[in-house]
Amino acid sequence: MNIEVKDLNLWYGQFQALKDVNISFSEKRITAIIGPSGCGKSTLLRVFNRMNDLIEGVRTTGEVTIDRENILDPSADLVVLRKKVGMVFQRPNPFPLSIYDNVIFGPKIHSSKNKDGLDEIVQYSLESVLLWDELKDKLRKSALSLSLEQKQRLCIARLIAVKPDILLMDEPCSTLDPQATQRIEDLMRELKHNYTIIIVTHNMHQAARSSDETGFMLLGELIEAGKTEDIFTYPKDKRTEDYISGQYG
Amino acid sequence: MRKFKEFIIEKLILLCGLASIFFVALIFLFLLKEGIALFKYVGIGEFLFGKKWYPISEPPQLGILPLILGSIMVTLGAAVISIPIGIACAVYIAEVAPSKFKEALKAGIELLAAIPSVVLGFIGMVTLVPWIKQVFNIPTGLTALSGSIMLAFMAMPTIVSIAEDAFYSVPKTYKEGALALGATHWQTIYKVLIPASSSGILAAVMLGIGRVIGETMAVMMITGNAAVIPKTLMQPVRTLTATIAAEMGEAVVGSEHYFALFAVGIVLFVISFFINVVADLFLHQKKV
Ligand SMILES: Nc1ncnc2c1ncn2[C@@H]1O[C@H](COP(=O)(O)OP(=O)(O)O)[C@@H](O)[C@H]1O
Ligand SMILES: [Mg+2]
Repeated sequence: MNIEVKDLNLWYGQFQALKDVNISFSEKRITAIIGPSGCGKSTLLRVFNRMNDLIEGVRTTGEVTIDRENILDPSADLVVLRKKVGMVFQRPNPFPLSIYDNVIFGPKIHSSKNKDGLDEIVQYSLESVLLWDELKDKLRKSALSLSLEQKQRLCIARLIAVKPDILLMDEPCSTLDPQATQRIEDLMRELKHNYTIIIVTHNMHQAARSSDETGFMLLGELIEAGKTEDIFTYPKDKRTEDYISGQYG
Repeated sequence: MRKFKEFIIEKLILLCGLASIFFVALIFLFLLKEGIALFKYVGIGEFLFGKKWYPISEPPQLGILPLILGSIMVTLGAAVISIPIGIACAVYIAEVAPSKFKEALKAGIELLAAIPSVVLGFIGMVTLVPWIKQVFNIPTGLTALSGSIMLAFMAMPTIVSIAEDAFYSVPKTYKEGALALGATHWQTIYKVLIPASSSGILAAVMLGIGRVIGETMAVMMITGNAAVIPKTLMQPVRTLTATIAAEMGEAVVGSEHYFALFAVGIVLFVISFFINVVADLFLHQKKV
């Protein structure tokens, strides 16, 4: 599912965190958003599922179209939107429930009636994140007893269970060790056959390794976006070049 | 010189700390000594499960079962009223109320906690008691139900403020996670927030109940104080606390009656201690 962003501006009170952002994200691709810390990557990501609504004093202008609908429209149905656009957070945040209950959390809130088929959903979702074999005998254990990597995978499984089209990932590997990071990246490449993925990272190598397209942000502006290899080999903007050559840290 | 000052202050503080422990121990020993003296006259089973409390008949009958049941009935009634309302109120304050209104509500709850129990009892006596008598068409409005309702007002502030803290201590990330999955605000509250803070909520409930069990003044004023085994909420009852308060003044020092009142004190002490320990366990329990 395409996402089109047109003239997007966002303010936290008086502070403008996004400035005239224009970008589009293509279907079944991994797009990485890179940039130094504080440049507005998370803010941009949180526009797509309207999570910024939770913060008091946020004002947004412009247009973000998903599925031919402007999701910034005040009348947009947030439940429908968030079902379609799932989010993985920086720190894995499974609920303090069993592994099983974490996975079926979404399906249960979205369909009031049918309780059957839940086992299948759990199996399918955990298989998608390659956790099923590890966890199939401990589904009733608390999700908080898992390792960080398992928790993050579980959070992805929890999303997959509601069958979203788009996965937003905000630095999903920042708490993980290099091997675990590697495995999550492999998983992302696996998932892109079925999902449109937008990943925020301040790790350029991760962006270069795992994404198809890349957008570079600086101080609330989207400096440039395009195919990942182009951005990393022939950046058009001087600032992009400086960043990827490591001058911003 | 400065060192010496520090030394003196430190020791003084230590002394204060020790003194408070010492006094608690002293009180407890006194209670124990006077209470246990009763069992020279009455068996422990006869005391706890005896159905008749006639302390001034000859010979006195000192069964506190009616008092225990009176306390339990009033307390359960208060719990049934105050727990759902208190938790709902805490949810509202922590999650729903707009910030200005939230402050007003919290101030209101604190005010409720500050009302002396004798005043609550008095208000209950002139408003609630006649109303209950009329509505249920019973001979007296001084009933277990009246006590339960007034005590619910006392338990509520404790329950609300501790449950509210429990909600605040739930990590924000849980809430974000649920909302990001498309849960509504309400679904987030009852599927994530409440389960995640359940130990804190249980502690809130236990401490609220603890407050009710130990309460004396209001219950003495509005429950009718009849030491009979209660069958319904619509009849007068007498609680453990009210018994001590009402009779200690007239019991002859050193009589069986006198010792029995101390033994009732021990029973109360054990109950409150138990409730506080349980609440403490819940409060300090490791999350899942
Ligand atoms: N809730 C908020 N209130 C005010 N300012 C915020 C808030 N969240 C983020 N900001 C500011 O917006 C800018 C962008 O933040 P963010 O999107 O988190 O950056 P990034 O994810 O790229 O590190 C930063 O300058 C940050 O200080
Ligand atoms: Mg960020």
